Amino acid sequence: MLAFAMPATFSRSQIEAIASLAHLRLDEEEIELYARQLGEILEYANQVQNIDTTGVPPTATVVARHEADRPDTVRESLDRTSALANAPDASLEAGLFKVPRVIG
Amino acid sequence: MSQFATIREVRDAVRSGARSAVDVCREVLDRIEAQNSTLNAFNTVTREEALTQAAAVDASPVRGSLPLAGVPVALKDNLCTRGVRTTASSRILEQFVPPYDATVVASLEAAGAVMVGKTNCDEFAMGSSNENSAFGPARNPWDTTRIPGGSSGGSAVAVAAGMAPLALGSDTGGSIRQPAALCGLVGLKPTYGRVSRYGLLAFASSLDQIGPFARTVEDAAIAMNVLAGHDPLDATSAPETVPDYTAALGDGGTSLRIGVPRALVDEGVDPRVSAAFTEALAACRAAGATLVDIALPYASAAIPVYYLVATAEASSNLARYDGVRFGFRAKPEGGAGAQDDLRTMYGRSRELGFGTEVKRRIMLGTYVLSAGYYDAYYLKAQQVRTLIRRDYEQAFEHVEVVAMPTSPTPAFRIGERVADPLQMYLADVFTVSANLAGLPAISIPCGFTDDRLPIGLQLTGRMFDETTLLSAAHAYERQTAWWKAQPTL
Repeated sequence: MLAFAMPATFSRSQIEAIASLAHLRLDEEEIELYARQLGEILEYANQVQNIDTTGVPPTATVVARHEADRPDTVRESLDRTSALANAPDASLEAGLFKVPRVIG
Repeated sequence: MSQFATIREVRDAVRSGARSAVDVCREVLDRIEAQNSTLNAFNTVTREEALTQAAAVDASPVRGSLPLAGVPVALKDNLCTRGVRTTASSRILEQFVPPYDATVVASLEAAGAVMVGKTNCDEFAMGSSNENSAFGPARNPWDTTRIPGGSSGGSAVAVAAGMAPLALGSDTGGSIRQPAALCGLVGLKPTYGRVSRYGLLAFASSLDQIGPFARTVEDAAIAMNVLAGHDPLDATSAPETVPDYTAALGDGGTSLRIGVPRALVDEGVDPRVSAAFTEALAACRAAGATLVDIALPYASAAIPVYYLVATAEASSNLARYDGVRFGFRAKPEGGAGAQDDLRTMYGRSRELGFGTEVKRRIMLGTYVLSAGYYDAYYLKAQQVRTLIRRDYEQAFEHVEVVAMPTSPTPAFRIGERVADPLQMYLADVFTVSANLAGLPAISIPCGFTDDRLPIGLQLTGRMFDETTLLSAAHAYERQTAWWKAQPTL
């Protein structure tokens, strides 16, 4: 078993670091709320640490191994206009999604 | 025809010409209009599309043989519908109009079903009460101060209140079975891979399944005949042959062995649920089934395993909502002329677009997948997941189905648990293990509390053995009259 200790609450900087990994901005209230709640949830989840899993393979999917390959045949797909139709900002003429400027 | 007509009754009436699909459809749409402001079951009602589709069914030369001829269907709002807004009850997708249909949507249409609208749910299917919807909670028709369950709450409410005889939901940790139980309906989560998920907005890909809500087991079987099957557009969909699920319905019961995980069901269950469960087991025995005590020693770890695995997968799946290709993008800070940099745009769009529970799960999932914690949480949870699967494999050497209550409590009051997410997660104790093991499971009405709140019995079956599961559920249902009860509206 892994030697592992979980803090019961997260620090502000830990929460900010996780949010940054997830590209998520949080307001002050959420930072405080999640610092407490994530700690509580993980403390509860820590019970899995007491289960002996020596030599037990992980389950990533329950799907039986079957042939998912299919012939690589050309078929109709979404046209460009439909693909761009839901974009918050796009150039239909150029056929491009638009994002804020990334290079100075 | 009754407001609470079954799928079979509606279909047979439309097939024979006793009713036109347009008539049936109009009646249902009027009922939705009358009831939805109270029950909040629908995010979008597709009146025009529905009437057009119904007219097409009436004009169809094969109307007499369509498996769901003229049957109104409500679809959970996380199933993509071409040209019809699909929000997942999230601000981030409030304006999203999919350019394609989910495979199940296309199958239903081909079978003659008529889509009447998109139903309310917990945001991105994350919740057990429908309170995490950006559009407000759906309300339980048996007591409108109470939750209908979740996450597919609106779908359950639609069927329970006679606003459609059939609805589809998705079930990642109980999101079909729990609301079915709390609203007095039949709800089926098929085997993982049995129903295509192409066009389902993904929450946790190793757990998500689509399935039906209906009033009777036979209706669920009729729906499964249309929904089940291999789909080349979903790499996890299974090639196994699809039987006629209605054919074996009469066979169940007499030689059935039902496993009861005593240690699990004797603990932490509301006494009213326990009493109904005990009575249900007695009814199964009276119908000729043998009850067998079984042990599922790792099932008590199913909740922590589920919340580690599901949040990890969710944090990855929801990375696609970044305000670029579809969905909401936050306006730049600083007003006109200002521009956010790319990272700020991502962060703000996700901050304003997602609700509290979704953000909580993205945070948790990101943490358990992050360097240094992956082995301790995610990998460990996947290993325990293997042990939970083995529990069931061993049990199924001795029994055909496993019985448990669906939910440890009847419907609770709106607002009662919102402040305590962990308490909310514990409500999934009996449902999550079927998702972790990929097994089919069904909830069937098995009683009421004194104040008329429905209680559900859950049966879990072997992989791809929906046939035995449905026939067992049918045998039980025929011993009882619970399924005939209707809410007063």
